[in-house]
Amino acid sequence: MATIKVERPKLSAGEKIYFGAIFKGMLITLRHAYRSLLGKSTGASDLNSSGIGITMQYPEQKWDHQLPEYYRGTPALVTDEQDRERCVSCQLCEFICPPKAIKITPGEIPSDNEWAKVEKRPKEFNIDMIRCIYCGMCEEVCPEQAIYLRPDYVVTGNSRKDMVHDKNRLYEIGGKRVGLVNKWNDLK
Amino acid sequence: MDTVFLIAAALKIGVFIGITMSFVSVCVIFERRFSAIIQDRVGPNRTMVPLSILGFKKDLALPIGGLTQPVADGLKFILKEDFTPSYVRKFFFWIAPALVVVPALLTMAVIPFGSPLELDGHYIPMAVADLNVGPLFIFAIASLSVYGITLAGWASNSKYPFFGGVRSCAQMISYEIALGLSIIPVLMMFGTLNLGHIVEYQTHHGWLLLPLWGEGLELQRWILLIPMAIAFVIFTTSIFAETNRMPFDLPECETELVGGYHTEYSSMKFALFFMGEYAAMVVGSALIVTLFFGGWSLGFGIDQMLPMGEWWVSLLHIAVFLAKVTFFILFFILVRWTVPRFRYDQLMNLGWIVFFEAALINVFLAALVIARPSIGTGGFLGGLALLFVVTILLIKIAKSAADKPSHSTI
Ligand code: SF4
Ligand code: SF4
Repeated sequence: MATIKVERPKLSAGEKIYFGAIFKGMLITLRHAYRSLLGKSTGASDLNSSGIGITMQYPEQKWDHQLPEYYRGTPALVTDEQDRERCVSCQLCEFICPPKAIKITPGEIPSDNEWAKVEKRPKEFNIDMIRCIYCGMCEEVCPEQAIYLRPDYVVTGNSRKDMVHDKNRLYEIGGKRVGLVNKWNDLK
Repeated sequence: MDTVFLIAAALKIGVFIGITMSFVSVCVIFERRFSAIIQDRVGPNRTMVPLSILGFKKDLALPIGGLTQPVADGLKFILKEDFTPSYVRKFFFWIAPALVVVPALLTMAVIPFGSPLELDGHYIPMAVADLNVGPLFIFAIASLSVYGITLAGWASNSKYPFFGGVRSCAQMISYEIALGLSIIPVLMMFGTLNLGHIVEYQTHHGWLLLPLWGEGLELQRWILLIPMAIAFVIFTTSIFAETNRMPFDLPECETELVGGYHTEYSSMKFALFFMGEYAAMVVGSALIVTLFFGGWSLGFGIDQMLPMGEWWVSLLHIAVFLAKVTFFILFFILVRWTVPRFRYDQLMNLGWIVFFEAALINVFLAALVIARPSIGTGGFLGGLALLFVVTILLIKIAKSAADKPSHSTI
């Protein structure tokens, strides 16, 4: 292999004194400071800056429209067009869930109910959002297309208990899913 | 010792230490916000007054968010676990942080914060101790802080802190000389070592680097500006090295030494190092302002029109002084976020070969300029020529010394 000898560049007298370069550097940093105060930093508008620098300030500003369609946020339960709970509490999702975030107590549908034919629905359905890793396994495994990962990602709470989504919360997030949903094609 | 003196001294100690400490926290918030906008970021802007832990509904947000950040930082440091590793030399490990902070605060004692206050016919100087050897006192005490750093490095009994300590030691020695030599021209011109008198002189005759009124309008002062500007550059740079600020912060060089001398420290002991560094920076800026930019004086002959000794004049002067100090602190911060860190051998070269010689020559240059009226133009030009030859020779010698391949084992 040929050896390439890299010479150090010869510095001119001005460069050796060094102060010119420092001064120039200070002008550059000052210009950055000035422009970020005015919100005119390079790329500020593209990055939806908050007015200082190029930073977007999170809870006030969000970039939800930039979320990809396949974004996997919080898992949630859905109902069908007749407001029937899709979940039949087969507990497949509970078994597949890698971090064991899901806890289901199955319940029977009373025989006088219009959906008595379905036989089962969850009495309780808790997903511990501290444990959930947003893997999407539950969505994949569900035979009834009852659980989906929604684009919501703001899951906060002041205690561990706050972080457990119960059935009501899950339906609230999930809402209604109409028609047969083909999980395996792009339409979702 | 009369009571007025004692009470005034006690008050001044309290107030000035208070000012210095609050400046330290101001430095922290400035550093964080200024560096943020330099890097196109926002910086800490959301710290609130946590009223909710007192039972109120909402936290109180200040108009400029983040002003309470230093308080939050301090609380965090106090509440953190203070961990002492088992392998350290306990006594020195504990005493080192104090050895960094105490000198920095002590040096504040001789800085004149404002114009003297008249009380009962006494003039009370607005410095805790109106010493006649001000700058010497500062250098003597400030260099003690290197003990803290070196001891911290050694007592930590671990390799990176040790490197940090040794580096700090060597760096301090090499810059102390340039620091001391660089202000000799300044002292020669003032003819006094009392910082209060130095400021007073500048009030009447124009700031050292801005001689725009009084005697400063004469040609002599403008020629003097050349050695003074050189002194200023050397002095400021050496202060950077002395306070371990950015281009010279090799003792705590994070990229090479983890955290440098304070790697093993945590909680409040670490915070003390931090405070020591910032307090040294405040004192450094105060010293630069006092020596070169007229200390507390408003300048442009305005001071002569004010009734000296009135309390509001003193307060005004303190405000002016603090404004100037703030400006220099901002300058320190700007330099930190602009200039990359030096390599260690470059640092040594700069200290021993460039600054030491430059300061030395500068002393003679200043002496020549000051003596110009008495030795006449002929003598002045002759002296200049002689100095020029000596300078060229010195540069030659320094160059050959620097070019020689070093056979040292380090
Ligand atoms: S969500 Fe789906 S997989 Fe989980 S219990 Fe209900 S039906 Fe079964
Ligand atoms: S997304 Fe994964 S981790 Fe979360 S509940 Fe579903 S299976 Fe469990």
